[in-house]
Amino acid sequence: METAQDTIQQTEAKAEASKTLFKGTGSQVLLNGLIEEGVTTIFGYPGGAIMPIYDALYDYADKLEHILVRHEQGGIHAAQGFARTSGKVGVCFATSGPGATNLVTGLADAQIDSTPLVCITGQVFAHLLGTDAFQETDVINITTPVTKWNYQVTDAKEIPEVLAKAFYIAKSGRPGPVLIDITKNAQLQVEEFPEYVKCNHIRSYRPKPKVRVEYIEQAAALINAAKKPFVLFGQGVILGKAEAEFKAFIEKSGIPAAWTIMGDGAIPTSHPLNVGMLGMHGNYGPNVLTNECDVLIAIGMRFDDRVTGRLDKYAKQAKVIHFDIDPAEIDKNVKAEVGVWGDCKETLPLLTNLVNERKHEEWLAKFKDYNQQEIDQVITPELHPTSDEMTMGEVLRNINEICGGDAIIVTDVGQHQMVACRYAKFNNTRSNITSGGLGTMGFGLPAAIGAKYGAPDKTVIAIIGDGGFQMTPQELGTIMQFGAAVKILILNNRFLGMVRQWQQLFHDKRYSFVNITSPDFVALAKAYYIEADKVDERANLRKALETMINHEGSYLLEVMVGRENNVFPMVPQGMSVSEIRLK
Amino acid sequence: MSTENTIQHTIDKADIDGKQEYTITVYAENRIGLLNRIAIIFSKRKINIESLNSSASEIDGIHRFNIVITESYEVVRKLARQIEKQIEVLKVYFNTNEEIIWQELALYKVSTDEIAEKVTVERLLRQYGASAVVIRKDYTVFAVTGHREETDALVKALEPYELIEFVRSARVAIIKDSAGFHEKLKEFEAFEPGEELVENEFLDKGEKIFTM
Repeated sequence: METAQDTIQQTEAKAEASKTLFKGTGSQVLLNGLIEEGVTTIFGYPGGAIMPIYDALYDYADKLEHILVRHEQGGIHAAQGFARTSGKVGVCFATSGPGATNLVTGLADAQIDSTPLVCITGQVFAHLLGTDAFQETDVINITTPVTKWNYQVTDAKEIPEVLAKAFYIAKSGRPGPVLIDITKNAQLQVEEFPEYVKCNHIRSYRPKPKVRVEYIEQAAALINAAKKPFVLFGQGVILGKAEAEFKAFIEKSGIPAAWTIMGDGAIPTSHPLNVGMLGMHGNYGPNVLTNECDVLIAIGMRFDDRVTGRLDKYAKQAKVIHFDIDPAEIDKNVKAEVGVWGDCKETLPLLTNLVNERKHEEWLAKFKDYNQQEIDQVITPELHPTSDEMTMGEVLRNINEICGGDAIIVTDVGQHQMVACRYAKFNNTRSNITSGGLGTMGFGLPAAIGAKYGAPDKTVIAIIGDGGFQMTPQELGTIMQFGAAVKILILNNRFLGMVRQWQQLFHDKRYSFVNITSPDFVALAKAYYIEADKVDERANLRKALETMINHEGSYLLEVMVGRENNVFPMVPQGMSVSEIRLK
Repeated sequence: MSTENTIQHTIDKADIDGKQEYTITVYAENRIGLLNRIAIIFSKRKINIESLNSSASEIDGIHRFNIVITESYEVVRKLARQIEKQIEVLKVYFNTNEEIIWQELALYKVSTDEIAEKVTVERLLRQYGASAVVIRKDYTVFAVTGHREETDALVKALEPYELIEFVRSARVAIIKDSAGFHEKLKEFEAFEPGEELVENEFLDKGEKIFTM
């Protein structure tokens, strides 16, 4: 009797188990896994070694939106833009060989800017590995230095677990790009797969530590005793989704806060304690006063050389407190008196509890003094120029006036990027999308496409120079086909402006190969059936910008700006932040 | 005698450029490609790996790397953090020579005739702590385990007698102050790491803290 009962139970259990089994190909189980992870949008490009996955994708059109880009670099930058505006993991597909190597720039960009990505590449059949087969490249080894993690799958049975790990690694701790290389045989292999289980623990990986209160107490003690405390914040605040916690901290402690370009927008531009931008083309006050503050509180930033200038003359008078989720960043460039390793979403509220409510009026007034000097000497001439030539700054001022700080601004790299970061107004977090660490020209257009998919209800403006636009213009085709309503604003100074500025200032005006010519951008856009216009007179600027922003679909506007305008202030390379030049 | 030399050598070097020999011990998952991930952390910074050994550890399934470099404390600490940041690395320690017990193994192939005629094998064996692994008519293979200076000394001694082949292994090192990895692993496997695991040197600069 008992045995019979057991048998019945066992049979039931088996039946139950088989219900949760999925029989199918590695490709199908991969796509099922993506759906389980909440993926809705994939940026990709098919090819020989990833064809089984694309074949499976044919049946998933109702669940997974696939955007066919025009180049794999465009695909990965779009996935980056998507991740940055949505706060989700960006996903892209590419085939083996050239498809995979075209991802490398985007991986490096995502790695240095901590962008969560899962990239799936096809690979030749496992039995062909190492034979120099058609479109075979050693993708794992090529991408190792530019990924947070990568893995080659040769057996479909591994796919669900590896995919779950990939998503967990990409988005937890300090986020970053993950690449999974799947051989064609594994994509085709038919297996019975158990139910998909999300990953939340890997024994060799600690995305974040348990917060140790004693460090926070030490930090609070330093802050409470400080006379001239100064907060520097980076993208860590945004990645940690700790904008509210950060705002609460600065508001209670009354400490002026300046941002790195990756942290821009974590608090509104108009916040009274937001004193501006750090670094080479940052604001005057934040740079000079870095070398005057007594306690420097760095939150989710990594003291990049573009922020610190000459390190041995950087904030030497200050006691440094460094909050970061990545312990390898603490003490890497700047020695911290107190290093607080942890997730700022957890550490900041603890700190806020312990700090005294204060107002640093005299100290804040110093920032205002410097700001006034900068307004008089740099900002007013840039935003309200008196010459006939248009400036990049006045274009930004007009955008601010039209959008009121609610647009998402995606930039490329160069002078326009610095001007956009300096002058764009942001009311909301995740609104400034730029290639900060790697400085990838060609990032702007594809990233803006992804940004629009990540934030479909927002106005997305891609501000791009005439040089950078010519690196990835093929993605106009993606806009043409899939209709991402991206507003493309080309600021054309008929130079590779930033390099020209350096050649003017540091190389005796020897303009070596910075004189770049451009096609007729308006005609180019129209060839892709994208509405376009060009402005070369101030009188038409405002109206043209309004037309662009109010246009229903995508739109390209080329604005001719002064040829030899420079971005100031500037901390020349190798100089201290306090040696910042206003002209 | 050789140990004294080593210490003297270490101090001299440390005085000159702040650099000294460090042995980095890495506990990691046994995974294809991890060696490359670790190696490129050094090559990215143009740092030469003087010796690298990859082997089993005291725990089944967990790999142990020993890496020797000559660098300053600051540089080694940053490297250790970058290595520990890799997903499949569990833990990284770095130690000066005073903090470890280490050995290298060297093999020497010499002509049996030559050596039988010209030196007393017995003397060689005694003086250098060598053992004869193989003795054939045509050649003899000696083995020495010890520090670099010890294995080097026998190279010098054998040079006049046609050293046919010489090879030395990477350094393997045991940390004097380590209780092994068994207990730590349990913590790693737990979902909620305990305080002990979350070592944070920023405060805990006790003498026994040699970990990052």
